[in-house]
Amino acid sequence: MENLLSIIIFTPLVSAVIMALFLPGDDRNAMMNVRILALVATVTTFLISLFLLAGFDRTETGFQFVEEYTWLFGLKYKLGVDGISILFVMLTTFLMPVTILACWHVETRVKEFMITFLILETLMIGVFCALDLVLFYFFFESGLIPMFLIIGIWGGKNRLYATFKFFLYTLLGSILMLIAMIALWVDAGTTDIVDLLGHRVSFMPLTLLGLEIHGGVQTIMWLAFFVSFAVKMPMWPVHTWLPDAHVEAPTGGSVILAAILLKMGGYGLLRFNLPMFPDASAYLAPLVMWLSVIAIIYASLVAMMQEDIKKLIAYSSVAHMGFVTMGIFAANQQGLDGAIFQMLSHGLISGALFLCVGMLYDRKHTRLIDDYGGVVVRMPRYAMILMFFTLANVGLPGTSGFVGEFLTLAGVFKVNTWVAVFAATGVILSAAYALWLYRRVVFGDLVRESLQDLHDITPRERLVFVPLVFFTLLLGLYPALVTDIIGASVAALVEQVTAEAFMPSPVATQ
Amino acid sequence: MEIIILFAPVLGSLLSGFGHHLLGERFAISAATALLFLAAALSWIVFLGHDGATETRSIVRFIDSGDLTAEWAIRVDRLTAIMLVVITTVSALVHLYSFGYMHNDPQWPENESYKPRFFAYLSFFTFAMLALVTSDNLLQLFFGWEGVGVASYLLIGFYYRKPSANAAAIKAFIVNRVGDFGLLLGIFTLFLATDAITFDSIFAAAPQLAERTIPFLWMSPNIAELAAVLLFVGAAGKSAQLFLHTWLPDAMEGPTPVSALIHAATMVTAGVFLVCRMSPLFEFAPSALAFVAVMGGATALFAASVGLVQNDIKRVIAYSTCSQLGYMFVATGIGAYQVAMFHLFTHAFFKAMLFLGAGSVIHAMHHEQDMRNYGGLRRRIPLTYAAMMIGTLAITGVGLPLTHYGFAGFVSKDAIIESSFAAGELGTALFWVLVLAAAMTSFYSWRLMFLTFFGHERGDSHAHANAHESPSAMLIPLAVLAVGSVVAGTLWYDVFFGARVEEWFAASVFTGAGNHVIHDAHSVPKWVKASPFAAMLVGLAIAWLFYIHRPDLPHRLARVHRPLYILLLNKWYFDELYEVILVRPAKWLGRRLWLTGDGRIIDGTLHLVARQAVPRLSQLAGRLQSGYIFDYAFAVVIGMGVILVIMLALTGG
Repeated sequence: MENLLSIIIFTPLVSAVIMALFLPGDDRNAMMNVRILALVATVTTFLISLFLLAGFDRTETGFQFVEEYTWLFGLKYKLGVDGISILFVMLTTFLMPVTILACWHVETRVKEFMITFLILETLMIGVFCALDLVLFYFFFESGLIPMFLIIGIWGGKNRLYATFKFFLYTLLGSILMLIAMIALWVDAGTTDIVDLLGHRVSFMPLTLLGLEIHGGVQTIMWLAFFVSFAVKMPMWPVHTWLPDAHVEAPTGGSVILAAILLKMGGYGLLRFNLPMFPDASAYLAPLVMWLSVIAIIYASLVAMMQEDIKKLIAYSSVAHMGFVTMGIFAANQQGLDGAIFQMLSHGLISGALFLCVGMLYDRKHTRLIDDYGGVVVRMPRYAMILMFFTLANVGLPGTSGFVGEFLTLAGVFKVNTWVAVFAATGVILSAAYALWLYRRVVFGDLVRESLQDLHDITPRERLVFVPLVFFTLLLGLYPALVTDIIGASVAALVEQVTAEAFMPSPVATQ
Repeated sequence: MEIIILFAPVLGSLLSGFGHHLLGERFAISAATALLFLAAALSWIVFLGHDGATETRSIVRFIDSGDLTAEWAIRVDRLTAIMLVVITTVSALVHLYSFGYMHNDPQWPENESYKPRFFAYLSFFTFAMLALVTSDNLLQLFFGWEGVGVASYLLIGFYYRKPSANAAAIKAFIVNRVGDFGLLLGIFTLFLATDAITFDSIFAAAPQLAERTIPFLWMSPNIAELAAVLLFVGAAGKSAQLFLHTWLPDAMEGPTPVSALIHAATMVTAGVFLVCRMSPLFEFAPSALAFVAVMGGATALFAASVGLVQNDIKRVIAYSTCSQLGYMFVATGIGAYQVAMFHLFTHAFFKAMLFLGAGSVIHAMHHEQDMRNYGGLRRRIPLTYAAMMIGTLAITGVGLPLTHYGFAGFVSKDAIIESSFAAGELGTALFWVLVLAAAMTSFYSWRLMFLTFFGHERGDSHAHANAHESPSAMLIPLAVLAVGSVVAGTLWYDVFFGARVEEWFAASVFTGAGNHVIHDAHSVPKWVKASPFAAMLVGLAIAWLFYIHRPDLPHRLARVHRPLYILLLNKWYFDELYEVILVRPAKWLGRRLWLTGDGRIIDGTLHLVARQAVPRLSQLAGRLQSGYIFDYAFAVVIGMGVILVIMLALTGG
């Protein structure tokens, strides 16, 4: 199966095309057919991606399943995965069927909805597999269009403002990244990511408009990439699009946005910033770490005061992504393992939390915390599942949420104790906002008249949670499962960047 | 065998939590209880048959990230064996007790099933606690540590309709997280310094750690001292030591069996266990040890002082627990880890019994907890009275002075007090603190007894008339614990504090070359040995004077020394202080960061850029608001196209 990656990438797209061409009509039957096809397509994609996992050699540090073709104008179509990217592919293919199942009850423009999601899946997997700059850029940027559509068409009341804000932020990052990519191509003479990983951009100081820039070209390129990825993560202070986007997005959109789209930022930092610009990374690591700490504390405090459940979870995502960026720029095994782990885990947990909120919204059409209270009385099963994911979000050991926080903190502590100590306060703050939210929504007596007719989750809704609960527990109890797969590639990355730039001494930045 | 001990509660928890639909409620909770009794029986076999050697059995790999590796493992040494019997015995008895106590709980509506959930939480707690004490590395220990914290959170908030229970549950979790913050940093320090998180590696490296420093924040502290202090912060959170104690009294919102199991006998002693477990590290950190001892002494005295004036029967016992934990920390702080474990062991029996006895009183009095509404109950619930009396004799330390024959608390508490006298200048100072606290202990314990069981009936006469003795499911656990409260001290004196202590504990506790505290404790002057007994008599005499002989005295005293009384009654205003200096500023800051930071500054700038600097974009925004979403998407596609063309032009060159 030498074209395995292409098959995985294009299965959803081909399904979308089939859906568009061969499933006409919009009566109930047609809608059901559309849903079933979408589910079959995504499940199939997931099953095919299992071959990827099975055939993956975890001792190999380089890229595997590489495909390379030349198309128009000498542009390259090159794909491949390594230990850093493969699990993001798996996360995407795993979460898509879950999301489709969770969106079963969408009634408006079902066909367009499913087509958009399938195209989105293709583009997202493409991002994690692309080994050519242009190809990466194509997947990375076009992935936004379906998300704009999902928010803009199936979103809430304020969807246009949210989409516009999302667009403005991303545009800023896109332009900078584009320029940097062109510069990188000019500098290295290739767009092949594998070659670029071996290329070293000059770190000589540069004077620009009378301003001396430490690290010159490399620093500037690093910054351009960084801004683009920081918006995606999102990092403080370019995070304010996320709460609005989440609030307006339909449930399925929120799940994919939180679980996968945000991870593109972290993946970009891992694939581009750290290995391609190691000197600039070492030079600017303290900046990233402090921004991360601010994100953790700031977003946690803001989350605590939210009145809208979705906004609260969105801010909690910003805080959790702070651990990721911090771990990446610790540039040691624990930091990077932890960062990747945290992203995978956050994909499961935040996805599940947005599903939980969506189920309440489906029932009562409000996301305001004050409109709830005592939900447990009518929805004990729901309460149990939400409790599980709330605790996972808080980073309870035994769930996947703990491992990422623990590893990133352990990694950062080796490098900078100040940052680690401040970041560790996030452990306290996350408990505060998450449990307080749970208490106000779920606990207490059910006194509101409007909530008297709540009904507990249906078998379909329960089914949606089964795989999420399973993997959250599995990764929490046996994290070696993940660290075994990513370990070799991460170790190679650590070796490369420490050999080139980061000081090998454990307490370097003190 | 250890595997069965560890996983029987998991099975029970799952059966009870998820299986009760299939198996029926009664069968599910019976199964959970039976499994706990099985675990308890096996634990006693392990405990009595243990030869002192450390055995580690690994179950499965846990984590593997560079140097950071750990396994799920079961490590059994003397410390673990002691904890195993304490945990499983009290847990099994509490399971049984809950059959009676939770039967027809009036706080639940008729048709709501709450018992399986309760038993599931209890069993899950037991598992987490066992995972904590059987760990052979810091990560699994932390898993158990947080696991018991969650169980505690769920059980404190068990009555989820009650706002005060919910508030107490969250408070317990968050205050514990403050401690965990310290514990985590302690783990990271040890990992940074030794590249390992398994106990054996850390213990082997401990002597070197005492000679190295690391940069930590603005300081460069000694590694052993730093790690020990940080670990103690974690211990202080879990064991409710001063400054992190505020959650424990509020935790009494949980059902009383929970208070007995989690907030008296087991979870709160995890901090003491942690310090004992890490004794090879603490022995190389003299300053940290002194800090532990001082904090323990301060807590013992502080909590006892608050206990003097509380009116809620459970809160009195909660402060008593807090204070007794302080005693244990003094013992660890002066290097007498075995004595700390001794008190942990005996305390589990009598404090669990006091709580279960209090539960029996509360059950009899229809969930009335205010002692001002009790009185004269010894005639109505004589068996409960007898049990409570034994518990009181045990905690106040009644026994034959200058011998080691007496109730459990007499033997172990006196061991701590004697050891502290033998432990240098700081120890001698703490000796006086502990004696004073012992007098207070005696006073509040007897006050509880006198107010509850003696005098005339107060409060609702209807409640008194209907007061009835508890069912046998509740009385049997009381009887078993009563036996323990009587004999545990005398029976195990030799191995915890007497001649066989070193051989018995073997390598499970490390004592440095210069640490002779336990040896020296036996040669303290006779008056030192007699002083806790004297303190007990003083407390008893004052309590008798205040609550039997001259019941008007307390009111007069409270009036005369009103500021002091108010200070104690309000628990030294710790809650209010934290509210003002921590909670409110955090909320204020959160709101400001949200509205001003995100809203005005970040979004404000963004809007400014969008409207002023990029007028065409704002035009686009205007069109968007007219609803042409597809136009917009089209614009994005066009934009993409343009970008790609530029790329193509450049790359295709």
